[in-house]
Amino acid sequence: MSLDLKYTFTEKKDTRSGFGDGFLEAGRRNPNVVGLCADLIGSLKMGDFQKEFPERFFQTGIAEANMIGLAAGMALGGKIPFAGTFANFATGRVYDQIRQSVAYSDKNVKICASHAGLTLGEDGATHQILEDLGMMKMLPHMTVINPCDYNQTKAATIAIAEYEGPVYLRFGRPSWPIFTPANQKFEIGKAWKMIDGKDVTIFATGHLVWEAVVAEAMLREEGIHAEVINIHTIKPLDTEAILESVHKTGCAVSAEEHQLNGGLGDSIAQTLIRHNPAPLEYVGVNDSFGESGTPTQLLEKYGLNAENIVKAAKRALARK
Amino acid sequence: MKKHSLTELQEICSQLRRDVLRMVHAVQSGHPGAPLGCAEFFVALYFDQLHHNPDFQMNGKGEDLFFLSNGHLSAGWYSVLARSGYFPVEELKTFRKLNSRLQGHPATHEKLPGIRIASGSLGQGLSVAIGTAQAKKIDHDKGLVYVLMGDGELQEGQVWEAAMYAAHYGMDNVIATVDYNGQQIDGPTEKIMDLKNLKAKWEAFGWEVIETKDGNDLAAVIAGLEKAKSLTGKGKPILNLLYTEMGYGVDFMVGTHKWHGSPPNDEQLALALGQLEETLGDY
Repeated sequence: MSLDLKYTFTEKKDTRSGFGDGFLEAGRRNPNVVGLCADLIGSLKMGDFQKEFPERFFQTGIAEANMIGLAAGMALGGKIPFAGTFANFATGRVYDQIRQSVAYSDKNVKICASHAGLTLGEDGATHQILEDLGMMKMLPHMTVINPCDYNQTKAATIAIAEYEGPVYLRFGRPSWPIFTPANQKFEIGKAWKMIDGKDVTIFATGHLVWEAVVAEAMLREEGIHAEVINIHTIKPLDTEAILESVHKTGCAVSAEEHQLNGGLGDSIAQTLIRHNPAPLEYVGVNDSFGESGTPTQLLEKYGLNAENIVKAAKRALARK
Repeated sequence: MKKHSLTELQEICSQLRRDVLRMVHAVQSGHPGAPLGCAEFFVALYFDQLHHNPDFQMNGKGEDLFFLSNGHLSAGWYSVLARSGYFPVEELKTFRKLNSRLQGHPATHEKLPGIRIASGSLGQGLSVAIGTAQAKKIDHDKGLVYVLMGDGELQEGQVWEAAMYAAHYGMDNVIATVDYNGQQIDGPTEKIMDLKNLKAKWEAFGWEVIETKDGNDLAAVIAGLEKAKSLTGKGKPILNLLYTEMGYGVDFMVGTHKWHGSPPNDEQLALALGQLEETLGDY
């Protein structure tokens, strides 16, 4: 018997394509939008922008530190640079450059990070960064966004071009269900309650929002009504929405394609412990590196799929 | 911009050196050696070469811009900025103190006019300068972008990433100067990590290289910067190897790494100031 899903899809696409299409649209809307990429134009889907605006696009070669510095320099010169590479090269490799030249200097740079998390798949742990959200959210001034599907990523990309300030935008490689509406309005920092519920809240981000939608249907079959909240903005965190939901449900689960240390769950725990110390269970990677495999296999092995969200929800409920 | 005579510029150099020494002495912290060695460069740039507007605009459109990549020379930069009208000279006394706009290393966070990017963690300024120069090219802005780096700083890999980019994109509106004093905090660069043939390295990376052999001779520094300017717009970025002496202007500080990051005590300060004429009035 198939699940009665509150959101469905007819098409799958990678979130990086949402970024590429949003980037092109942002470029059409604002002539100050420029692009930089460290030899991954195809992987980041930045090619359409490059083709349409060659004078505003800069291939930097395999030199990410320089790319971040260039972007900071372009930003202070009045441009809105989108600097793209894989998420581990966009964060860990260039943390000090982002810290000093972008965040501390408050430069309007958009760090665009693809292939984040386990769902990168077969390339393995060297490329599967699971610490990027933590590193980026620790930086003062930094806005951190992790959208869930093609449509939301496209909308987020357009929205960050209109926002003044440094942003880390995280997206991924796998083909993923498109279950949110096309041409949606993306509000930075505003959590989106996707499904109403009363028993437990599932706070999910990125690819795991889809897993949360599936988990909700699975829980409902067992008579458990979960609320699903899409936390596309990790920072600034919509603490109001979090507290309001947990006030109603009394317990929660966080779900993310990231280490438990430093991830979304940590941010939610901080919020709850201060204002409403309700039971919180975590779905994420527990202090481990990933490995090669298909995205689905990896989500299953590392405990990040819908079944694991269901289990976590039941643990949270049992602690109420 | 008013044209200053060589004598007038010389007087500003003396005052800058006094400012630097008094600033680091007052808080017993900071880096006096390199800014003493770069006094002629700072003064030649801000009082003779740069087309700039002390009524500060972050985006610097239509202006020549300067970036200090070796941010530990902050005392020298702050002095030349104050003395050229970016902020009150009096404010120099807040250097490195709590609630000051004059942070230990340059920062934009406190909105000190004249600073466009934070620096201190070495190796980042050339990339930023090139990025701004690229923005100027997009905008058909004829302003030039200057940047100063330390020679020890060239041990950072990012510098060479930037060097490669600048040549590839023909960033001929960039004039990078290397403070070639042969010293770094742990000792002579030759012993710490030998830079070998810098001229050949930069040339091999595709830059037009000029050498300013006496970086503490004001006329020579100005001539070097004039030469550099004459080479802009010809398809290649320009590198100015500026041979200076760390600690120049104070006999017991010159030519050693000892004063890289150490302030003088009361006695040493008095001795040093005795060798430097107060020309524009101490802050």
